[in-house]
Amino acid sequence: MNVSLVLIVIMGALFAAGVYAMLERSLTRVLIGFLLLGNAANLFLLVVMGRPGVAPFFGSADSPEEMSDPLPQALTLTAIVITFAVSAFLLALIYRSWQLGQADTVHDDEADLAIRVRAAEDEDTMGDEISDTDDDATTDFVGLDTAPITVLHSRDFDALRDDAPTDSPTGPGEDGR
Amino acid sequence: MSGLVPLLATLPLLGAAVALIFGRRRRVQVGVSIITLTLVLAVAAVLLYDVHSTGIPLAVSVGGWPVPFGIVLYVDRLSALLVVVSSIVLLAVLLFSVGQGAADGDDETPVSIFHPSYLILAAGIFTAFIAGDLFNLYVGFEILLVASYVLITLGSTENRIRTGVVYIVVSLVSSILFLSAIAAIYGALGTVNMAQLSQRMTELPQDVQLVLHLMLLLAFSIKAAVFPLSFWLPDSYPTAPAPVTAVFAGLLTKVGVYAMIRTETQIFRDNDVNFLLLVVALATMIVGVLGAVAQAELKRILSFTLVSHIGYMVFGLAVATPAALGATIYYMVHHIVVQTTLFLAVGLVERRAGSTSILKVKGLMKAAPVIAVLYFLPAINLGGLPPFSGFIGKFALFEAAAQVGTPIMYVLIIGGIVTSLLTLYALMRAWNLSFWREDDDQLDDPGVPERISYLDGAPAAATQTERRVIPRIMTAATTGMVGVTLALTVFAGPLYDLCASIGDALQDPISLSELEGER
Repeated sequence: MNVSLVLIVIMGALFAAGVYAMLERSLTRVLIGFLLLGNAANLFLLVVMGRPGVAPFFGSADSPEEMSDPLPQALTLTAIVITFAVSAFLLALIYRSWQLGQADTVHDDEADLAIRVRAAEDEDTMGDEISDTDDDATTDFVGLDTAPITVLHSRDFDALRDDAPTDSPTGPGEDGR
Repeated sequence: MSGLVPLLATLPLLGAAVALIFGRRRRVQVGVSIITLTLVLAVAAVLLYDVHSTGIPLAVSVGGWPVPFGIVLYVDRLSALLVVVSSIVLLAVLLFSVGQGAADGDDETPVSIFHPSYLILAAGIFTAFIAGDLFNLYVGFEILLVASYVLITLGSTENRIRTGVVYIVVSLVSSILFLSAIAAIYGALGTVNMAQLSQRMTELPQDVQLVLHLMLLLAFSIKAAVFPLSFWLPDSYPTAPAPVTAVFAGLLTKVGVYAMIRTETQIFRDNDVNFLLLVVALATMIVGVLGAVAQAELKRILSFTLVSHIGYMVFGLAVATPAALGATIYYMVHHIVVQTTLFLAVGLVERRAGSTSILKVKGLMKAAPVIAVLYFLPAINLGGLPPFSGFIGKFALFEAAAQVGTPIMYVLIIGGIVTSLLTLYALMRAWNLSFWREDDDQLDDPGVPERISYLDGAPAAATQTERRVIPRIMTAATTGMVGVTLALTVFAGPLYDLCASIGDALQDPISLSELEGER
């Protein structure tokens, strides 16, 4: 099977960029990541089509070998339609999320938060005997650009600010969070 | 007879279109949905009877394309049984939601969107069950997923958007993985047809097979909520409306399990990852049920038991003997029905008590004896107490594993028994606190007793709603489902024979001639 190296490189780049964008907290970036991933998968289908040939219509070529493989094209078309529908839905979801005033970010699950709070409390009650070994469980960057890691305790949770970039509305009187 | 097969996919889609047209007329919409699902149930029952009595699967080439090229719809006993069970569940949950919608007005479930999405969800589930090629399976998955995105964010309240986003993004990733796996498989074998895949796969080198195999399993494991890919489920299911959660819990994960069964028994027949599956099954069972024990909210408890019981099905699949596969199918049917029933019963509890936190709700035994019975029966059934179907399914599974007799099988059996007991513990603790506890028992202050104090920090119910009346139709739908769970026990003999014959049939892959055969 002959395949174009350019297509493979582009496909790899799209997959990488898509995964990277999907790991962001902002939903708009997740959407962009999904679109990139969807296109990468579609390109993958085109890559496995093999060598391009004549359009696969009846009578357009003398032998089937000269035609390109029509099945991946059909699969790609279907996949494109599905990606289109899902991204339309995602856009509506992002708009609604923004409307509700929580900006367009993915929020932490309440169970995860509960566990984090409880872990911090345990740390407080247990004193400093484990503080050297178990710091990573609750470390985060607090405050401004000061990179050195600060250990958080439960009483710091109000001050905890997630520094992942968000596309929050910045109009007057409207606070993203 | 094979002419009936496409109706399984087209009837619900047609019904969805009609229901959408009558968006402003609730009664017509309700009528259309109920009639559609009843018709599908009838068609599915006829197909199951036909396939079971003749023993020959039905196949339809859609659009008249010759078999390896076109889309094939394929109904064997496994597909037919699952379609029958899921249409029963869909119908019961639909009745439940009709009762809820009639009592609450449009606030909770905007009917004009709910019914079409629900029918499209049904179409997707049926399409996935009767798909004869890998790509059609993907399309079935996408249909049901897109409908489920709409249903899980229904009403688009803040909470549902927040949890729905997790569900949607995770599902998107698994879909992309599935699509990429299909592309890779097509690149390697030049076909997506199930029969041809199973023939040609054996010609590939083992390592290439392994990569393709793991790609597919990864995609399906996310959908089936197999640990460690199950984290999304307990976050996203509990906030959806009660009927939606019930049908998701019963059916969506099982479609993933069904796809895994086909992957293992049809496509990758001589590529063995059973040991990996056994380990994953054990982890799913134990981690899932430990999550359930740590929860204080009924819907979350049930979501975690749902995850842990997926482990039993993966366990049976990994044992891979005919007896184990038969037991897996029986367990799947049992679990679809029982898990849905429990979620419906909890939906009733939520309406009656205004909360689903087992620390807050109390005295339901006296206040609502009917709901108490409707919760208790499926709960002990899920926990695996004899003589119910949960016990039969687990027993058959353990027996099949013991026949293989390797040490890891015994580890799995012990893990399964522990999981079963812990499930019982989690569900019975909820029973003791919410139903058995008297109204005037003071648990909350001066402090929760030491024994359950660890529940103190568990996340509470997502929303505190006011108490609402329970329309008779909701109770009736739940009672009907409890009746079905009891029927699984009473008619366990014939049903188990059917499942055993499915287990035997799965030993032979679907052949090309079976897919061609029109009757």
